[in-house]
Amino acid sequence: MGVFILRRVAVMILTALCLTFVVFFLTNLYPALEKLAKTQGNQRMSDEAVVSYLERHGHLQPLLVKYGQWLGVAPGHVHENPETGAITARCATRGMDPSEAPRFCGLLQGDWGFSTVFKDDVSNIIAVRLGLTGKLMFWVLVVMVPSALVIGVLAGMREGSRMDRSLSTFSIASTATPEYVSGVILITLLASSAGWKIFKGTATSAADNATLENFLLPVLTISLYGVGYIARMTRASMTEVMTAQYIRTARLKGVSFRNVVLKHALRNALIAPFTVIMLQFPWLLNGVVIVETLFNYKGFGWVLVQAAGNNDISLLLACSVVAVVVVLVTQLISDIGYVFLNPRIQIS
Amino acid sequence: MEPLTWTGSLSVLDPVFLLAWVALGIAVVVQIVATFLAAEDIVEHEVSAFTRKMAEYSVLGVKIVAGLILLLILVYAIAGILMPTMEDKGIVGTVSTRLLPVWIALLATFAASIAFKRRLGFYGKLFDSMVGMIGFAIVMFWVFTAIFGAMDLIVTHDPLAQVSGMKNKVPGTALPNVEGAFPYYLLGGDNLARDVFSRVVKGAWEVVKVAPFATLFAFMVGITLGLPAAYFGGRLDTILSFVSNLILAFPVILLFYLLVTPEIVQTGIPVYMAAVLFIFPIIFMVILINSRFHVQPVKRSVYLVITLVLGLWIYSGVAWNADPLGLIEFPPNLLVVFVSVVFVNSPTVFRIVRGIALDIKTRDYVAAGQTRGEGPWYIMLWEILPNARGPLIVDFCLRIGYTTILLGTLGFFGLGLSPESPDWGSTINDGRKLLSIFPHPALAPAFSLMSLVLGLNLLADGLREESLRD
Repeated sequence: MGVFILRRVAVMILTALCLTFVVFFLTNLYPALEKLAKTQGNQRMSDEAVVSYLERHGHLQPLLVKYGQWLGVAPGHVHENPETGAITARCATRGMDPSEAPRFCGLLQGDWGFSTVFKDDVSNIIAVRLGLTGKLMFWVLVVMVPSALVIGVLAGMREGSRMDRSLSTFSIASTATPEYVSGVILITLLASSAGWKIFKGTATSAADNATLENFLLPVLTISLYGVGYIARMTRASMTEVMTAQYIRTARLKGVSFRNVVLKHALRNALIAPFTVIMLQFPWLLNGVVIVETLFNYKGFGWVLVQAAGNNDISLLLACSVVAVVVVLVTQLISDIGYVFLNPRIQIS
Repeated sequence: MEPLTWTGSLSVLDPVFLLAWVALGIAVVVQIVATFLAAEDIVEHEVSAFTRKMAEYSVLGVKIVAGLILLLILVYAIAGILMPTMEDKGIVGTVSTRLLPVWIALLATFAASIAFKRRLGFYGKLFDSMVGMIGFAIVMFWVFTAIFGAMDLIVTHDPLAQVSGMKNKVPGTALPNVEGAFPYYLLGGDNLARDVFSRVVKGAWEVVKVAPFATLFAFMVGITLGLPAAYFGGRLDTILSFVSNLILAFPVILLFYLLVTPEIVQTGIPVYMAAVLFIFPIIFMVILINSRFHVQPVKRSVYLVITLVLGLWIYSGVAWNADPLGLIEFPPNLLVVFVSVVFVNSPTVFRIVRGIALDIKTRDYVAAGQTRGEGPWYIMLWEILPNARGPLIVDFCLRIGYTTILLGTLGFFGLGLSPESPDWGSTINDGRKLLSIFPHPALAPAFSLMSLVLGLNLLADGLREESLRD
C-alpha cells in the first residue's frame, strides 16, 4: 500500500510539473508578454520600450530559467540598468531595497507572485477566493450527493419499474442540461419579473452573508448537472448488486425487501459511486467557473476568468496550480478509497 | 399592428392545455408514490387492495393525461399550419408553419426508415426502441432545422440585422414599418434588436456544422492512438496514457482560455495543433486500406493514391489554409474552436478505445488471427475495431452532445467565435445580463441546446438498449 501511494504521488508531482510548465509556456509567449508590458506601461509603447521593459523584468530569459525562478529552484532575476545603475529584482517586494532581496523566491518559498489585475499578492487572492468557492462547493456536495444517491438507489433497486423509468429520465434530462442553460432557466423561473420572483439572480452578496435567497440558485444549478451522472452510476451499480447471488439468497431466506436493500445491497452498491463522486471534482470545477460567472459570485472560478481574460500571468499560473492539484488529489483519493472500500482489488 | 398572441384563435384550448400539465404533474407524483407503496406491499405479502388500485389508476391517469398533452400539441401545430392568417395562427402556429419543410423531411425520414427497418441493420433496429425513436426525432429535427435554416428557408429575418424599436421586445411583437419583410418578431427581439427566432435557427447550423465533425476527428485520433496502445502495450501505452491523463487533468475552461485567446492565436499554436491533429484521419485511412489490401498490391496502390491525394488536398486547405486549388477554406477562428474541441475530446476517446481493445485483445478470434499470420494492424483495425463498434457508436452520440455543450461553453465565455455569431452559447451570454427583466432572448437558445443534447442522450440510450439485445 505504501509503495502504491508513493508511486501515485510521484506520478502526480510529475503530472503537476508538466501541466504547470505547459501553462507557463502558453502564458509566456511573446504576444502575451507584449500585452503585459503595454498594460503595465502604456498602450502606445514602442517596440524598443517593450523589449527594454521585458528585459528589465526578466521576461526575456530562457523559458526553463524563468520556470525555475517561478518554482523557486533557480535564483530570482536581478537586472542592473547599465546607465543609471538602478537595480530591479524579481524577489524584491514593493518598497524593499532591491539589493536586499532574497536570492530565491518562488512557489517553494511560498511566494506566488503579484497579481497585475487585482494589485495584490496572489497568495492572498487565492486564499480568499478559494474559501468562497469552498463554501459553494460544500453546499453543492451537501445537496448533490445525497439526492443523487437516493435517486440512484431508488431507481436501481427495481430495474425496469416505473419509478426506475421516471427517475432515469430525470437523470438523463439533468445530464443534458449544462449549467449555463439550467442557470438561465432557474433565474427566469424563480428570480425574474417574468416568473416568480422569490430568489435573487445574483449571488454577489452571498460572499459575506449567504442566505437561501441569494445562494440557493447557484448551488442548485451546479448540483443539477452533477446529479444525473452520479445517479446513473449509482443506478448501474445498484442494479448489478441486486442481481447478485447473495441478494437472491437473502430474499429466499425471507428477509424483507426493505432490509435486503438497506442492509445487504446498499453498502456494496455505494463503492462505485464513491469513485464517480471523486472524479466529478474536475467537472464541478468547470461548473463553478460557469456558475460564478453567471451569478457574479466572486470566488475562484471568477478569479480564473478574470486572470485568463486579462493575461495576469502569476494569478493564472496560481489558478492552474490549484485546479490541477485539486484534480490530481481527488484522483488519488478515489484510487486509494476504492482499494480500501473494495477488498477484492489487489494492488500489483 | 397588434402583437401576436401565443396560440391565436386556438386560445380556447389554452386552459385545457394548462390544466392537463397540472394534472400530469399530480398524476406523476401520485404514480411514483403509489407504485412504490404497492410494490412494497407485494413483497411484504400484505396485499392492500387500496394501494394496488391507486397504483393502477395513477398509471392509467398518467398515460391518458400525457396522451392528451401530446394530442393538444399536435392540434396546435397542425391547426396552426392550416389557419389562414398569422393573427389566427398565433406564435406557435406561425413558427410551426415556418418549420413546414422540417416537418415534411422528418415525416419522410421516419416513414422510409420504418418501412425498410428490417433491411437497415443497426440503424433499423433503432426504430424498435421508443426512447431511441424520440431521441432520433429530436436530433433530426435540429439537423433539418439547421440545414433548411442555412438554406434560408425558415428564417424570417437576417440574424444580424437590427431593426430600430425592436430592442428586447416580447415574442410576437409586430415590426414598426413592414415593407416586404416578415411582419413579426416571432420569438421577440434581443438586446441589439435582432430577431431571436432567426438567430436560434441559424445557431443550430453553427452547432450542426461543427459538433459531429469535431467528434469524428476526436474519434479518429482516439482510435488511431488507442488501438496500438492497448494492442502493443509496454512503453508506448505508458507514454500515451500519461499524456492523455495530462490533458484530462486540465480544467477544460482553463485550456479554452489558454488556447483561444487572441495572443495565442497570433503565435500560430492552434494551427500547429490542427496540423498535428488533422493528420490522424489520413493516417487512419491509410493504415486501414493498407492493412486490408496488403495482399492485392494493385488495388492497394490505387486506393492509397486516391486517399492520399484527396486527404492531403483537404488537409492542406483545412489545417494550413493553403489549398493549392483555392477551393477549401476554413475560417481561422472556427479552426481554433474546432481544434480545441477535438483536443479536449480525444483523450477520453483514447481511454475508451484502449479499455475496450484491452478486453477484446484477449478473445480467441484475435489469437486465431495471430496464428493465421495476420499483421498487427490488420487485427487491430479489421478484427478488434468492428467488434468494438457497439459501445463506440453509443459513445459517439453522447460525445456529440458533450461537444455541443463545450461549444456552448466557448460561446458563453465569448471565446473563439465572432461576437456577432448567432451560436447558442453566445446568444445566452448576450441575454444573461438582462435575464431578470427580459428572459426571452436567452431562454430560446437555452431550450434549443437542452433539447438537442437531450435528444442525443436519448438516442444513445436507445442505441445502447438495442446493441445490448444482440
